[in-house]
Amino acid sequence: MLKEEKYQKLKDIIKIYLPEDVAVTDIEQDSHFMNNLNINSANLVDIVLDVEDAFDIRLENDDMDQMQTVNDAMAIIDAKLAEK
Amino acid sequence: MSRRVVITGLGVCAPNGVALTDFTNALLEGKSGLRHQPNLEKLGFGCQVAGEPLVKDNLIDNYFTPLERRGLNATGIVYGVIAGIDAWKDAGLEKNTTNEPSWDCGIIFGTGILGVDKFREAIHLIDEGNVRRLGSTSVIQTMASGISAYLGGLLGCGNQVTTNSAACTTGTEGILMAYERISQGKAEIMLTGSCSDSGPYVWGGFDAMRILPRGYNDNPTKASRPMSATAAGFIPGSGAGALVLESLESAQKRGAHIYAEVLGGEINSGGQLGEGSMTAPNSIAVQRCIRNAVTNAGIDASDIDVINGHLTATTKDGLEIENWSKALGRKHDDFPYINSFKGSVGHCLAAAGSIESVATVLQFEEQVVFKNVNCDDIHPEILKLISDTCIPRETKNHAPKVIAKASFGFGDVNACVIFKAFSKEESNSK
Repeated sequence: MLKEEKYQKLKDIIKIYLPEDVAVTDIEQDSHFMNNLNINSANLVDIVLDVEDAFDIRLENDDMDQMQTVNDAMAIIDAKLAEK
Repeated sequence: MSRRVVITGLGVCAPNGVALTDFTNALLEGKSGLRHQPNLEKLGFGCQVAGEPLVKDNLIDNYFTPLERRGLNATGIVYGVIAGIDAWKDAGLEKNTTNEPSWDCGIIFGTGILGVDKFREAIHLIDEGNVRRLGSTSVIQTMASGISAYLGGLLGCGNQVTTNSAACTTGTEGILMAYERISQGKAEIMLTGSCSDSGPYVWGGFDAMRILPRGYNDNPTKASRPMSATAAGFIPGSGAGALVLESLESAQKRGAHIYAEVLGGEINSGGQLGEGSMTAPNSIAVQRCIRNAVTNAGIDASDIDVINGHLTATTKDGLEIENWSKALGRKHDDFPYINSFKGSVGHCLAAAGSIESVATVLQFEEQVVFKNVNCDDIHPEILKLISDTCIPRETKNHAPKVIAKASFGFGDVNACVIFKAFSKEESNSK
């Protein structure tokens, strides 16, 4: 899977959780989920599950704790896909 | 401090009609919302008839965002939000779009059990050792107060936001709780109502108790027969009803349409003593509840011209009529008109009191007494107490003055609320 393709897939997951005052175009590689995109911590749990389903991987508790930004998520997805 | 309280908004999501227009038409015509349920047949239920609101998928989009719809698997929340938001809009109120909670607006929205299908989903995941896959919506959809929490967030209410639960009395009890809060000056506007989930996991327990009719699976619209000699048990239903209660002062200041006045009522319990039990009412308490409701409302028993009973279509209907008759001291031709909507909507359990109260109040608006269905063969025990003319089998043109509505529930709990027609002239004289 190309990096661009993965990024798009991730953005598609994130966009549904954006509050009304944040636009899809606000999503940047270094966006912090909670601080920049205003996604609440409860929904971050759901993003993790959606990522698991979309990429057919499993994220552990440590991975979830480290997943603070879009870049973090990309790195974790890459690592998990490489393990497969 | 005791202030006058009026009803300024109604909303409903019922087996025989979603939203006020369809619901009103169904009641005028006695159209049934009871249907054969293929999933109950597949699961081997004795009674395969039930009442479930027909909610179109695209209608749900009007009430929930795509994010809120994700993983939404709690029919009670869907019904409750539809009824609650509709009632709010019907009252001419808007969602709070400021950053300040509406301190004078609150919610008392009851349920018996919420998010049963969501809970089942969670149980399966947990039993598979997959608790981590529950996501964030499991708690909010299965907590009893999920329904008031959803509505509270959607409307931005800053007064009391809570969920009451008193079995089949829930909806009627909620109206009186909201009434008290406003009459005591603790709130100006309260959204009150109740909801009940659909499905085999809610209805199964009643089927197991063998209190549901088993002989009408091929004839669902005839299955629920309140006050009938051939009544064979209640048909379970589901849905939600909602009412906006408001201080008269606030309603008049806003120029809101007023459906009726709430005069108050009574809530009590028979203590499961005497003939009362977990599942059967103690008549002494039922009569006391009705009598106290009349006293608390500041009226005479003779002022009541219409009753909406609990009347579930079991063998206890005759006893209920006897309790009304004794409590009010009225019998035969002197007895008020009485109806039960359970013949067409079934027994919507925790939602019964609110759905039936919405219907009850609509009678003031329509200036009718809605018909009873499936009781052409009125039970002879009932006819010994009251005249058959008191039980309209066709919708009757009659402008109600004072309507008493009661609900009785498991746990031997009772609630009776008194509604009064509202006239502008009178509002200035008191």
